[in-house]
Amino acid sequence: MNIEGELIDGILVVRVLEPRIDAAVAIQFKDRMREVMRQPAARVLLDLSRVGFLDSSGLGAVVAVKKLAGPDRSLELAALSPAVDKVFRLTRMDLVFTIHLAAPDGVGHAG
Amino acid sequence: MPADRDETSTGDFVRLIFPAAPLAVRDALGRLFATLPDELPASDRATAEIVISEVLNNIVEHAYGGDGGQIELSIWPIAGGLQCAVTDHGAMMPGATLPGGTRPATDSAELPEGGFGWHLIRSLARNIRYLRLGETNLLTFHLPEEQSPASE
Repeated sequence: MNIEGELIDGILVVRVLEPRIDAAVAIQFKDRMREVMRQPAARVLLDLSRVGFLDSSGLGAVVAVKKLAGPDRSLELAALSPAVDKVFRLTRMDLVFTIHLAAPDGVGHAG
Repeated sequence: MPADRDETSTGDFVRLIFPAAPLAVRDALGRLFATLPDELPASDRATAEIVISEVLNNIVEHAYGGDGGQIELSIWPIAGGLQCAVTDHGAMMPGATLPGGTRPATDSAELPEGGFGWHLIRSLARNIRYLRLGETNLLTFHLPEEQSPASE
């Protein structure tokens, strides 16, 4: 699963470069996030701008990743598309996560 | 025509038959949304995709228990939105009734990782009906247009 992590000003910005986080890829998503989060950072910001759709399995996987991050590391979300935002709002998970409107621009492939 | 992969589109009526597996469900959703009219607002499209994918995932995971099978999905426009009918030949819903769909509590120390599916379906769909006909499950529901608010 195509997920990239990049350290920007001490924040681990994780970009999900997939159109969907659904039942077909929920386990791969968790596994890949576990790898990416080996990089130490007090804050992890999950950039979901490329993700057009997330189902309840995908939502469960994001919650699992929050638990994986542990109590000393925050998992925050950024750039929710309308369908993804709808799922978070309807399940009240929008109150559990800090959600940013946009993700910071990275240095791309320069690093 | 292969028995496990069929597509019928007569006017505005769309019927898809596909295997009960996660990637086949994803593929069917893609084909379904390619057939829906472009003028369907993005929010109605999101509602339809959320509800239908939750219904189909439940069939894959619970009715067929991950062992595969066949799903038939029909969708057609009616006044105020879209009407859907989904059939499978898997296990009956527990107690032959629809699950309640209570929203999992998000204020407890241990956050829920599942149980959201029926809450999403019940939040967005209307007139949800379930029938067990012999060895077949039939679920029908209405997807209201945004103009008819999702909340009562």
